[in-house]
This record gives sequence, C-alpha cells and structure tokens, in this order.
Amino acid sequence: MAPNTARAKRRRAALRTAAFLSPWLIGFAVFFAYPLLSTVYFSFTRYDGFRPPVLNGLANWSYVFTDYPLFWPAMRNTLWLVVVMVSCRVVFGLGIGLLITKIKTGAGIFRTLFYLPYLAPPVAATLAFVFLLNPGTGPANTLLDGMGLPTPGWFTDAAWSKPALTALALWGVGDLMVIFMAALLDVPKEQYEAAELDGAGARARFRHITLPNISPIVLFAVVTGVIQAMQYYTQPLVAGKVAAGVIGGSGQQFEPGYPDKSTLTLPQLVYNVGFQRSDYGAACVVALVLFALSMAFTALLMRRRGGLIGAGD
Amino acid sequence: MTLTDTNPTDERPRTRPPAGGPAPAARPRTRKAVLHWVAVHSLGVAAALFFVLPFVFLFLTSLMSDHQALTRDLWPRTWEWGNYAKVWHTPGFLTWWRNTLLYAGLGTLLTVVSSVPVAYALAKFRFRGRRLALLLVIAMMMLPPQVVVIPMYLFWAKQLDLSGTLWPLIVPMAFGDAFSIFLLRQFLLTIPDEYLDAARVDGCGELRTLLRVVLPMARPGIAAVALFQFFYAWNDYFGPQIYASDNPAAWTLSYGLESFKGAHHTNWNLTMAATVLVMAPVIVLFFLAQKAFVEGVTLTGVKG
Repeated sequence: MAPNTARAKRRRAALRTAAFLSPWLIGFAVFFAYPLLSTVYFSFTRYDGFRPPVLNGLANWSYVFTDYPLFWPAMRNTLWLVVVMVSCRVVFGLGIGLLITKIKTGAGIFRTLFYLPYLAPPVAATLAFVFLLNPGTGPANTLLDGMGLPTPGWFTDAAWSKPALTALALWGVGDLMVIFMAALLDVPKEQYEAAELDGAGARARFRHITLPNISPIVLFAVVTGVIQAMQYYTQPLVAGKVAAGVIGGSGQQFEPGYPDKSTLTLPQLVYNVGFQRSDYGAACVVALVLFALSMAFTALLMRRRGGLIGAGD
Repeated sequence: MTLTDTNPTDERPRTRPPAGGPAPAARPRTRKAVLHWVAVHSLGVAAALFFVLPFVFLFLTSLMSDHQALTRDLWPRTWEWGNYAKVWHTPGFLTWWRNTLLYAGLGTLLTVVSSVPVAYALAKFRFRGRRLALLLVIAMMMLPPQVVVIPMYLFWAKQLDLSGTLWPLIVPMAFGDAFSIFLLRQFLLTIPDEYLDAARVDGCGELRTLLRVVLPMARPGIAAVALFQFFYAWNDYFGPQIYASDNPAAWTLSYGLESFKGAHHTNWNLTMAATVLVMAPVIVLFFLAQKAFVEGVTLTGVKG
C-alpha cells in the first residue's frame, strides 16, 4: 500500500503543479514555440501570405545577406545604437545616480523630476523631441543659436539623427538612475570611512570602492541596455516618419529610415519586408537574425549574473 | 528597497549650510561642506533643466496660436486653451482613448490573474524542470516581439480573421506574461516558506494558501506588475500597428497620436496638445502609485 499512496501523492503534486503552470504552458506553446518554429520554416520558403508557402532552400537567406539593400545599413545602425547609445545611457545614468545620492536639499523633488521623462510614452516623447529639435524653429536650436553654438539638423540630417535619438534616450534615463541609486546606497559606509581615514581622495574612493561594489549592476545595465537597443523600434520609426513629413509635407511616400536610412533598425526591417512588401520568407530571415542576437546577449546576462535567477535555485 | 525608504535627505543634516544664520565660521571643514553643497546642487539644477525643459517647451507650444507655433517664439503671445478642446473633439480621439483603456485595463487584469499562479508555482513548488521553465520564461521575456510577429499575424488575421481589432493583443495576456511572471516570482521568493507551511498545516489546499496567505502579502509585487503592464499597453505602438492599422476605429492613443501628426503636419500646437494629453494620464498614475512603481524597477531591472 505504501508505495501506492506515495505514487498517488506524487501524481497529485504533479497535477497540481501543471494546473498552476497551465496558463503559461499554453502561452508558451501558442505564442512562443509554435511561431518560432513557423518562423524558421517560413525562412526557407517563398511566401507572400496568399499563395501557400513553397520551399526555396536558402534563397531568402542569400537574398537578405547579399542583395537586400537595407539589411547592412540597418545592421550597422543597430550596432551603432548598441555601442554608442548604450554606453552613453549607462555613463549618464550612473552620473545622475551619483548626483542624486549627493543631493541633500530637495532630494525628493530632484528625484521625481529626473525620473518623470522615463514615463513619457515613447510615441509622445519622440514627437516632442522631433519638435524640440526641429532644425528651423525648434526651441533647442533657438537656444543653441542664442548661445552662439552650431545648430545641427538633428532628425533631418543623416549624421545627426542617431545622436538625436541618443539625446531622447538620455532624457528617459530614469530607470537606470533608480537602479544605480539603489546600488550606490548599498555600498557599505564603513569602506568609505576607512578609505577617508587612509587619506583617499574622492576619485580614488570612486575607483577603488564604488566601482568594484556596483560592477554587477553596471554589467546588468549594459546587457539589458544592449537587449533593448536591439529591440529599438518605436522611437526611430516615429522620428523618421515625422521628420520626413515635416520636410516633405504629409501624404508623401515615407522613405524607410529617413534621413538616408540612418534611423533604420533591424526590427523595422521585419515590418518593412514582411508587411509592406509581403515577402514573409525574407522577413523571417531578418527575424531570426534578431532572435539569434537577442538570445546571445541573454545568455551572456545569465552566465555573468546568476542573480537574475536568484535565491531558491 | 524603495526611493522613499532610502531617502538620503534626512540622514546627514549636519552637512547643510546654516540657513539664514550668521555666516559659517571659517572652520575649513564647514566651508568645504558649503562649497560642496553649492557645487552638487548647481549640478542638480542643471540636470533638472535638461529633464524638465522639454516638458515646459511642449506645454508652452501647445498653448500657442497655429501661426505662432511655426515661429521661433518660446513664449505664447496669446494663451490658446481652446487647442485642448480642439484636440479632444478631433474625430476618433475619444475612440482611441476608449480603445487604450480597454487594451491597458483588460490586458492588465488578465495578465495579473494568469501570471500569479505561474509565478507562485515557480517560486514555491519543487518539481522537475523548474529551472528549465524559468530559463524559458526569461527567454520569452527577452524575445523581441518582431521575431514571432509573422506567424502570429497570419494566425490572428488569416485563421481567426481578427485583424482590425485589439483582440490579438488582449487575448494572449490571458496566458501569462513572461516579464510579469518573472517579476512576481522574484517577489514571492521573499515570502518565507513558514507562512505557507502554517497555512498547509491548518488544512489549506494550495489554491486557498495562494488566495488567503500569499496574495495579501504579495500586494506590492502585484501592484508593480499591474502598473508595468498598464504602461506597456498604453505605450505599445508595434502591436496596434500590426493588427489595427487598417481600422482607425481600433486605434489606440499611441498609434493614433502619430497619425494625428500626419493629418496636422503644420499644426505643432495641436500636435503638442495631443502629446500632453497622452502623457498626462501616465504621469498622474505615477504620482498616485510612485512607491509601487519604483519598487518594481529596483526589483527586476528594466522593462523597455
């Protein structure tokens, strides 16, 4: 009898676990595993969404990598964002986090003001920035001009459109500020006091105490920043569309990645190839490139920071 | 750890300069402290200008006349509060509001209801494959939505004929959201097992333990998840673009706002008024629920 009841008990526990997990198990199958496998399959077919897909081997892959004129510009832009935008955001976020831990008077107000832009919905924030950085009449250039500084074309100039997007990303640095602030306040005070007794200056204390203590958080910020940068979609798309409309008037055919492909990112290509040109096969190739990049960085995040999974494992 | 709990303001009042009193004595430490205070707070004000001025300019522009919004003026000559009424009565604007509230409200509710039991099982049950399940949750969390959009679009549009509605965005939320599951699991890990064991000893089944014991303790975590999900839906542009773009009656604010710019390409004042109207609810919500929100950010890092 005993083994029987033990087995029954185990089976009950397994059923119970399955019941609790069931929403996600269904979600995983229907919204992750199945579409991912389909994407792989479609990437080897010629498919326009109307006629049934026809296997065509590696044709889509070689088309995307060698002939499709927008793939490498989008790849380069994505890499630019990964390198420049992410490092600017991490350095700026750390600076603002440090600043907020030093502010003694009105800290609550400063914190709220620094944090608020992070909450601005991306479409709204992007529209606001296209207006602020409007080369002719925007307030930013009006201020720069008043100070005798050069007035760039921002979202209408291919050399300045990504720096303009970076400015937008720096404006919304509130999430990093909060994370860094929490990490900085966790650094043991005794370490600072001991260093001060030893005569260490502010810079030495930052290098030898602050940085080593918060380096896991810096790494976390870098990797999640990279993953976000690879998903960067709404801001560059809206900025390109609106800036193109500002120059050419509405109703004009939108050129992807305006100006001169400089705001095109990989996620936008999936949309352009798939939904605007109905080439689902090639779109799936781009999607898989995006998938491979994201998972590579996710693996890096989990290897270097077991903390993501945390206690209990 | 929250912003409010770690408020450094009241920790070291002694480094503050004496307000309004006689000039500080020439003790070098105090002088240095005053200079330090001035330097830090000047930097703070400079940073605050960077974060606040965009809001100020867009608000001022939203109150200019059509003509003045096209000039380099920074300050409205006449205050056109009517701009807001004009935007509000734009055909479709109210529909976008309703759709956004439906998507964000119903979506948030479904996400919480479906994610809590999953997070509970991942945090508190011991079973084979738990680690694998957790890894898959994280993989789903990191997956750019564009990766699977083509089969998903074909599924919703061609097989279920639901394109032109928001259901393809709302229904999946009834099957757990990876980010919410992850965040809730992290939160539930902090609840000591003793509470659960006590409930079980009292004869509670797992479901009753979850509802009676765990849920009340997990309220801050649930609040954070709900807020994130609400913001996610409010801000979502890609989803409505894929499924609702050919039917303006199903547009949300985030999607409609961009087309609003297209239709009023010379009216920066109206566009900025619409922008303010889309930003305002999110910011009001933040002030109402500041603590829960910041707690969530610190708990997990970032949601894009």
